[in-house]
Amino acid sequence: MTELLTLIVAKYNYWLYVILMMIGLYAMIAKNNLIKKLVGMSIFQTAIILFYVSIGYKTDATLPIIQNAHGAHGVVIHAADYINPLPHVLMLTAIVVSVATFGVAMALAVRIYQRYQTLEEDELRMRLSED
Amino acid sequence: MYGTAEFPDWGDPNSPASLHLSNEYIEKALEQTQVPNLVTAVLADYRGFDTMFETAVIFCAGLACFLLLRDFGEKKERFYRHTPTGVILHVKDGKKTLTVGKEFEHMDKDWVPSDLIIKTVCRILIPFIQIFALYVVAHGDFSPGGGFQGGVIFGSSLILLAISYDLKTLVKRIKEKVLGIYAALGVLIYVGIAALCMPMGGNFLDYSKLAPLVPGDPHHIRALGMLGVEIGVGIAVTAVMAIIYINIVSQGRHDEGL
Amino acid sequence: MYWPIDLIVLTFVIFLAIAAISVKDLLATAILFGAYSFMMCLLWAVMGAVDVAFTEASVGAGVSTVFFVAAVFRTSRRTKD
Repeated sequence: MTELLTLIVAKYNYWLYVILMMIGLYAMIAKNNLIKKLVGMSIFQTAIILFYVSIGYKTDATLPIIQNAHGAHGVVIHAADYINPLPHVLMLTAIVVSVATFGVAMALAVRIYQRYQTLEEDELRMRLSED
Repeated sequence: MYGTAEFPDWGDPNSPASLHLSNEYIEKALEQTQVPNLVTAVLADYRGFDTMFETAVIFCAGLACFLLLRDFGEKKERFYRHTPTGVILHVKDGKKTLTVGKEFEHMDKDWVPSDLIIKTVCRILIPFIQIFALYVVAHGDFSPGGGFQGGVIFGSSLILLAISYDLKTLVKRIKEKVLGIYAALGVLIYVGIAALCMPMGGNFLDYSKLAPLVPGDPHHIRALGMLGVEIGVGIAVTAVMAIIYINIVSQGRHDEGL
Repeated sequence: MYWPIDLIVLTFVIFLAIAAISVKDLLATAILFGAYSFMMCLLWAVMGAVDVAFTEASVGAGVSTVFFVAAVFRTSRRTKD
């Protein structure tokens, strides 16, 4: 039991990311209101992006922008001095896609409200079965 | 739970994500592309395909929002307000159109007296925000930023104009057709620059073959290709942010707003 | 990187996420969502991902909150759960 506890404490940051992801997943599944589900989806997406970005961090390394770029034409660049830029690139695309999805989902919510006058899932189900 | 024991430690330089490909990107990017910002170099040059389809996704989101919500029905009732006395005319029938004199103004259903402080401050701030957005796009090679961030800032300056004044002010200045053309133009600039490399003898997104077209230092051609592509992304994102906001806040009718 | 900053901001983020999905007023959800987004941006800036932090600051704490408030303006403001 104690070795499980030391295992958890050593990698505590991964556990916190997983907790954040589970909060988002719970909100997507268990909440009745459509907009709360959307907030849960967005929390889930940002938690995943946080996980990926945290993988690319190196201790004692600086930002992924090469310093003294104007004068240096013969300077050798060590890869251990800079943080890995590859997860940042992929996550930039992920943030763009997330905001596009959020915009379209808000438009859908407004349209549903125009048609059925409610945004709660159980009332929607009742009104859909009456139609 | 035992799976997390296998995860790499925090900040380990030897973790599997940092070993194989990214070292090559970090070491070779400056001499091949002359761009110090590694994230922009990888985003617009080494992984240019992904960015092209991401721009297409943003354009599709704007298109979907327009198609879902746009309501072309005729206006049902109008309100006119006589400015010297404050008397409100309520015209119920949408078919009769009155031509009003100079003292009447067309107003929304929930009318608030327009606040002078907000209008003046926003009117001063908006050009500076736009210049900052252009700065962020142009300096994407040297500092954090790039096409997408600058495009969002420009789009939010247009949204600020719609919030502080009227929605009708924004729609009158930048018509909906112009916004749609800008969104498509952004994607076309990206694909056009990428496709231009092919008649010059290279692959689809190979910027280094564009060197005979551009006067100047042939070593910088990849950085210039990246700049053109980021401008395309910025224009597309600006137009799409404005389109989505206008359609959501007015439920597609483009008459009233927040 | 100083690990207490990391831990403090992460626990704050988790509290904000739990609060954003449990309040009953949708406008309060919008504001809490904007605050959550901004704290995420700080977290990434501390980790060294400046491009991602810039994008999240402009998108999440800017445009996304505006879309949310505009949608709440056009639908109802209270919710039952």
